[in-house]
Amino acid sequence: MDNLFNIIFSTNFGYAVLRVTTPILFAALAALISDRAGVINISLEGTMLAAALTGVIFSAYTGSAWVGLLFAVIAGIFMSSILAYFSLYLKTDIILGGIALNLMASGGTVFVLYLVAHDKGISASLASKVLPQIELPLISKIPVIGPVLSNHNVMTYFSLIAVIVVYYFLYRTPLGLRIRAVGENPDAADSVGISVRQIQFVSLIASGILAGFGGAYMSMGYVSWFSRDMTAGRGFIALAAEAMGMATPIGTFLASLLFGFADALSNSLQSLRIPAEFVQMIPYITTIIGLAIYASRRTQRAGAKTVRKEVKA
Amino acid sequence: MPDEILKMQNITKVYPNGIVANKGVNFSVYAGEIHALVGENGAGKTTLMKILFGLEHPEEGAIYLKGEKIIISSPQVAIRHKIGMVHQHFMLVPSLTVAENIVLGMEPSRRGFIDIEKAIETTEKLSEKYNLKVDARAKIADLPVGQRQKVEILKALLRGAEILILDEPTAVLTPQETTELFSELVHLKNKGHTIIFISHKLKEIKEISDRVTIMRHGKNMGVYRTQDVTEEEISRLMVGRDVVLKVQKQKNKPGDAVLHVENLSYTDDYGKNVLKNISFSVRRGEILGIAGVEGNGQRELVEIVTGLRACQEGKIYISGKPVNNLSIKQIRELGTSHIPEDRMTYGVAGPASIGENLISDRFYKKEFNTGLFLNLKKLNELTARLAKEYTVKCSTPKLAVKMLSGGNIQKVVVAREFSSNPKLLIADQPTRGIDVGATEFIHKKLIELRDGGTAILLVSADLNEVMEISDSILVMYGGEVVAYFPDASRITEEELGLYMLGVKRQSAEEIGGAFYAKKHAV
Ligand SMILES: Nc1ncnc2c1ncn2[C@@H]1O[C@H](COP(=O)(O)OP(=O)(O)O)[C@@H](O)[C@H]1O
Ligand SMILES: [Mg+2]
Repeated sequence: MDNLFNIIFSTNFGYAVLRVTTPILFAALAALISDRAGVINISLEGTMLAAALTGVIFSAYTGSAWVGLLFAVIAGIFMSSILAYFSLYLKTDIILGGIALNLMASGGTVFVLYLVAHDKGISASLASKVLPQIELPLISKIPVIGPVLSNHNVMTYFSLIAVIVVYYFLYRTPLGLRIRAVGENPDAADSVGISVRQIQFVSLIASGILAGFGGAYMSMGYVSWFSRDMTAGRGFIALAAEAMGMATPIGTFLASLLFGFADALSNSLQSLRIPAEFVQMIPYITTIIGLAIYASRRTQRAGAKTVRKEVKA
Repeated sequence: MPDEILKMQNITKVYPNGIVANKGVNFSVYAGEIHALVGENGAGKTTLMKILFGLEHPEEGAIYLKGEKIIISSPQVAIRHKIGMVHQHFMLVPSLTVAENIVLGMEPSRRGFIDIEKAIETTEKLSEKYNLKVDARAKIADLPVGQRQKVEILKALLRGAEILILDEPTAVLTPQETTELFSELVHLKNKGHTIIFISHKLKEIKEISDRVTIMRHGKNMGVYRTQDVTEEEISRLMVGRDVVLKVQKQKNKPGDAVLHVENLSYTDDYGKNVLKNISFSVRRGEILGIAGVEGNGQRELVEIVTGLRACQEGKIYISGKPVNNLSIKQIRELGTSHIPEDRMTYGVAGPASIGENLISDRFYKKEFNTGLFLNLKKLNELTARLAKEYTVKCSTPKLAVKMLSGGNIQKVVVAREFSSNPKLLIADQPTRGIDVGATEFIHKKLIELRDGGTAILLVSADLNEVMEISDSILVMYGGEVVAYFPDASRITEEELGLYMLGVKRQSAEEIGGAFYAKKHAV
């Protein structure tokens, strides 16, 4: 037990939480934007995976991590436009479309990886680049806070800024207002001449961009290579985070932090003598418990004024 | 010769499901008039107006605006031609504010951000100009329907609407709100706007309109200057027979009480006391009407009695059994039927068929099952019989309920609720927003049930209905019972109004008369 507390209350652990929260946060914000427009994007997992591989390949060939990032984002846009095209224009069910994209990304990335790196598991043979770490001036000098907040990958800071940007985008810009209107009452938006399909398309693209960032971070920040299925369910955990965050930017951020905490805990505990398989379950179990608590609280609140429970007469 | 601003010529509309909603309809309005469009539910009024607003496209026909032929392919085009529409179901975003809803799609912005102050200013200016009072900063979700409707009208006006279509605007309004709306409409008319007003309340049409077009079964039955036709003539053209506006019924002979409500109180989520110590009984063979302006606790009362809402304080007995915390199903099994106010949410399952909706309260019973499976033969027989008996207009009971017109949907609800031999019936706004024919039919059935011994609690915002149908009347105001009249035939509309508006209230003893001694009908 002492060991556990030593782990949690260390600056290393605090640093690790932010580090592992980053991809979840990007993906959760991606889920948020599409959800607010009434289109649920469950292809985030596959989108991140595709972006992660694209980033590695382009950074290896151009020698620039930034070019890699650019192409990772383009890959994200590409994936979400496929989803948007099929669901909005060809009227495919968006959940089925999302599942198809996830499967396609899972297999497709291995295929492409084999073509370029002649390996079906990892991109070690590619000399891919890593996005820089940034030392925050002043803050890095503060004890405790400095080691936790400073020296993160640039994408981690981007993800925090993204929370604020998404907030202002949704609540302060005309496009954000339209997105919320479309998600809540498409007929109302339609009746004032807003094209519902167009707004949903834009939201899915924005969602793809954010997922692209998350994918790029995975392979060019979190680690420095691509490996098969490296997103390991983060795209789905993000959906849970967004739901728990009640589809608000701040709530989503907090829920992502919680899942990041679970993820970091799982990583740290592997150094203790607990079976690894057990420890690796922590993030996923946290997701299930979190969702269950969230759902029961929501039904409780709604239930207070609606249906009452069956009792023995 | 008045100036004809708009003309629809020979409009025919066939829906994909084969329903011919408009058959060669000619329709025209003069500039600056209030033109009423009347007809039973399903007559094709909404369809005709949707065509005018670009939401539906006619198979045949042409539209002329100020003498020029125009093609209205979408609402945007209609808006460009200065045509605005306030839909029967409001098109608002509940979580947004009034101002945000009004400027949606044409948001004022500064440096890429919404200029919310500007939006509020625009809203307030507009609201002032047209004398439509709204709180620009309020959230739509917090507003009563009357306010929401004003927001819808303002939305259309901001987009430059000169011809304003209102689809059954009074169906959702309280009498006060209706009066307010009418004075606002007159104000709009005086400012030069042309108004098309859909309704099937004859009194309202007489009161507000300059001319009236009457539709029946997708056809135009005639256009009149309102002052030249009587209500009886309009109703004959609408339904093709003289509607008996007076309900015929014998005096009732009430028996023992079936429903007892005792000291019921309720505090809502916002901490408001919506029900205060309510006590009354409904007896066998009696229709007890609850009169009152909407929003005075009637909804909560009905929801608690029927089990839709949890009971906080007080006691409710049905046939002598305490039902405070029984489930809806358990309450129903005591012989309770319920015609809910919101038929699309609580009355029917829209995408399910007419037949399925007719049996949704009894499909699980032994008599309709053969082991694991439903006894379809028996169920089909039953639904066919009910559809016929209750004159649900449909080609087959397999049709999805949501395809029917409002009046026919309500008949489906009524057929199910009336045919289970209820001991107690809670009828909440049983004829709201439906046509004269269906209303008359439902009224007749209500009386039949009463004569068969059912205890009926009738809640209605329609004063005429409460007064015509009820045997005795209870008035609710501010969450309280403020008056009880054991004999409904001996009270006048004016007097009832005084109680409804809280001007008068009876003594505690008189009100206490509504609670009958605890003898229960079994
Ligand atoms: N979207 C639709 N698809 C198929 N049938 C419809 C649709 N809308 C209305 N109808 C049918 O067209 C007829 C006219 O309906 P409507 O114009 O709504 O009548 P009103 O407004 O006069 O009550 C009704 O029989 C109705 O069932
Ligand atoms: Mg209609």
